[in-house]
Amino acid sequence: MSTTETLVKEAAYTKKDFESGVDPRWCPGCGDYSIINQVQRTMPALGVKRENIVFVSGIGCSSRFPYYMNNYGMHTLHGRAPAFASGLKISRPELMVWVVTGDGDALAIGGNHFIHAMRRNLDLKLLLFNNRIYGLTKGQASPTSELGKKTKSTPHGTPDAPFNPPALALGAGATFVARSIDVEGPHLGAVIKSAAEHHGSAFVEVYQNCPVFNDGAYTSITDKAVKADQLLRMEHGKPLLFGKDGKKGIRFDGRQARLEVVTVGENGVTEADILVHDVRRDDPTIAFMMANLALTPGFPTPIGVFRDVRRPTSDELTWEQVKAARAKAGDTSLERLLASGDTWIIP
Amino acid sequence: MSTHAGGSKHQVQQVETVVIRFVGDSGDGMQLTGSEFTRASALAGNDLATFPDYPAEIRAPAGSLAGVSGYQVHFGAREIHTPGDAPDVLVAMNPAALKTNLPDLREGGMLIVNAGAFNAANLEKAGYHANPLEDEALQQNYRVFPVDMNRLSETALEGSGLSAKEVARCKNYFALGLMYWMYSRPMEGQLESIAKKFAKKPNLADANARVFKAGYAFGETSEVFFQRYEVPASRLPPGTYRNVTGNYATALGFAAAAHLSGKQVFLGSYPITPASEILHEMAYLKEHGVVTFQAEDEIAGIGSAIGAAFGGALAVTTTSGPGLALKTEMLGFAVITELPLVVVNVQRGGPSTGMPTKTEQSDLLMALFGRHGEAPLPVIAAQSPGDCFWAALEAMRVAVRWMTPVILLTDGYLANGTEPFRIPTLKELPRLDVRYQTGPNHADGQFMPYQRDERLVRDWAIPGTPGLEHRVGGLEKDSLSGMVSYDGMNHERMVKTRAQKVQNVVADVPDVEPFGQDAGELVLVSWGGTFGSVRGAAEQLRARGRSVGHIHLRWLNPLPRNLGDALRRFHKVLVPEVNDGQLAFYLRGSLPGIDPLQFNRINGKPIKIAELVARALEITREVTA
Repeated sequence: MSTTETLVKEAAYTKKDFESGVDPRWCPGCGDYSIINQVQRTMPALGVKRENIVFVSGIGCSSRFPYYMNNYGMHTLHGRAPAFASGLKISRPELMVWVVTGDGDALAIGGNHFIHAMRRNLDLKLLLFNNRIYGLTKGQASPTSELGKKTKSTPHGTPDAPFNPPALALGAGATFVARSIDVEGPHLGAVIKSAAEHHGSAFVEVYQNCPVFNDGAYTSITDKAVKADQLLRMEHGKPLLFGKDGKKGIRFDGRQARLEVVTVGENGVTEADILVHDVRRDDPTIAFMMANLALTPGFPTPIGVFRDVRRPTSDELTWEQVKAARAKAGDTSLERLLASGDTWIIP
Repeated sequence: MSTHAGGSKHQVQQVETVVIRFVGDSGDGMQLTGSEFTRASALAGNDLATFPDYPAEIRAPAGSLAGVSGYQVHFGAREIHTPGDAPDVLVAMNPAALKTNLPDLREGGMLIVNAGAFNAANLEKAGYHANPLEDEALQQNYRVFPVDMNRLSETALEGSGLSAKEVARCKNYFALGLMYWMYSRPMEGQLESIAKKFAKKPNLADANARVFKAGYAFGETSEVFFQRYEVPASRLPPGTYRNVTGNYATALGFAAAAHLSGKQVFLGSYPITPASEILHEMAYLKEHGVVTFQAEDEIAGIGSAIGAAFGGALAVTTTSGPGLALKTEMLGFAVITELPLVVVNVQRGGPSTGMPTKTEQSDLLMALFGRHGEAPLPVIAAQSPGDCFWAALEAMRVAVRWMTPVILLTDGYLANGTEPFRIPTLKELPRLDVRYQTGPNHADGQFMPYQRDERLVRDWAIPGTPGLEHRVGGLEKDSLSGMVSYDGMNHERMVKTRAQKVQNVVADVPDVEPFGQDAGELVLVSWGGTFGSVRGAAEQLRARGRSVGHIHLRWLNPLPRNLGDALRRFHKVLVPEVNDGQLAFYLRGSLPGIDPLQFNRINGKPIKIAELVARALEITREVTA
């Protein structure tokens, strides 16, 4: 178990160093191009050697991702990427391990692996490209498709309520939870960097447009005309304000235990009434409430980091146990192990 | 057999081998009693084999037929192959245990019963209308010794201050003490063991020791027993021995692999009967280079192992039949990415949940063929509890040497059964060299993940190695660069290449050498856990003058090169299996002209030697006629 020198002393890389040279085969206009662009731009700034970074993916459009990154990579089975990544990370804790997945991959067939990767607090970075549709299988409803969505597999509208991925991740105990959008390049880049720097399970939902099977899924919040009122950019330590003139805000109504939209300067509301965003809150309840505001009529959709707390990671605890066992054991030779327990000699 | 007067008033008779079965309620501590008696037999130098047989329920209703738990030990002065067909001695702690086990006791066998448990309530729970101990037929067919162990334990613990419940829990030590006396075992070892086991509860240590001594003294002083027995030490090969279960030996084999390679062994596993003990044991081997991960499900168990293999670990996943079924897609992934991995399948009764605590050999065809697409992989099977050590080591050696997943088949009988294991010296252990690629492997200075050596084995390049960054995955890949390829001709080439590589493993598979004779009337062909029964049957048949050989298969894929020729030298081939004929089916398809006869038992227990001998005799008579 070598401890490879993980950090690069100087920022020696450029974006190009992380491009594998394989031309991506996503459809023209796919949101995935923007996401990989931001990931490749962010990588040089992380100060991690290229050979110590591994991208693991499952199955789906998003899961072609590792082929386009010039790192070590595994393109695995549908839904199973967190399982592969967990074994790799525990076995080789010095590696930086990324999981790239989609809404069907992570939340339907891979739901179990996803929640367990989150609750363990393994030091994995998980990017979920959420286009609210199955793309690679040509247009069926996914676990994030909105209730009533008409798709090839649900011609009369899906009768199933969707998951809210950050809320699910928070419920599962993730220590870093964030959301961004493919078309918000700089914001996305900053969120990816924060996830990379987090120590523990880091979950990033990326709203991603599928121009072929679910075009315009997010235009209600990303169109230039509406986005100032529809997007709430959360920043740690700052009040949760949004709107064209930055006067709208989120207030915590303690009496009803709910969040509400208020306007500073109206009805006696001042900036002091606005909830201050705190990603380090130990209790995830407020983060959960914020996550659930997404795509809710009358509320803006929060983007940015919901939660970022430090807890001992599963890989750290595993290796502490190994170290403790080694320290406690006297003779760790194979001869000694083979001859442990009750033995007898036959002459 | 010889008889002499021992140090006491009792005659001491020397016997060659004995089979004892301890049976009682799940809460009666029969597994402990059996394993402690086994330990004493091992320390006395006997060869032995054991067979624990317990219900799937942790605590079935007390006194019920479903709740009967048993432990059979066969020990002797000569080589012991199996836990024995039928007990010579049955120690039954309650009516339910008597009812479910009496049919197995050999005629004229010794029956020691805890008469104190034969009250109206227990008799009714066992479905007895009258007390069977008063049945004259019982007295005629067996040597019956009713002993009120309940009352005698209570008497021994008078004034101990223990509750009635605690006192009742000590009575298995009475039975153990009695058997120690009967088989002339020294008490000291057991007293030390009790002190150690109950070190944190001195009052229980004292109580169990008292009851144990009372059991021993009862044999000595009561007028119930006339005879004691002595089983001389066996003539096992010289060496240092310990008693191991198959599951422990498997764990030990993987730890040895970590030592011999100097690399980390990674186990990703999900609990499942009867394989869980391998995970439990390996979790205690952290200081020996073993890392364990209890996954969220069977799929993640193998997935995490493959992830670790990509990272350079010696990867293992352990399971039983239902788990292997869940792992099949992942196995195909390990085949196409050509990463080393050992999948241990501790077989149990199937299909579906089947009989979790009962043994079976019915996953052979799934191990060989149970994947979609063309996905061959090497399959090896362990033949005895101690052999699980060697089989685990061999499976890992082949996985790494050939860059392939390997399935290791054991079974519930091997997993929980025990036998003396001769501890190997380091010189007797195989080399396990692990080589990671550290630089380009292709003429143009590039790294090609699917560049192969003359054996068709690809290089293992692991994350952290600069310049060798590459991607693997489940899509078909170009036969050299490893890039995704949908080219039909490339796919055919890759399918054939992967198959040929697995076939090439035959270079590591020794030719079969028939036991007994290499030509004749009949050859018995076994694999896996039936080794002992079949070898025992072959010995008996040969002792009766029949011309019988025995071939045991360790590698099921690839099959040994000379197998077809070796079988054709016999008139008849008989394949005994604890399934409905899977090896027989496989041999018919693999070896032209071979059409084996079958002997199949699927009753959750090892094959009985006597039954197999009877069938083989019929066949040899036909051949001779």
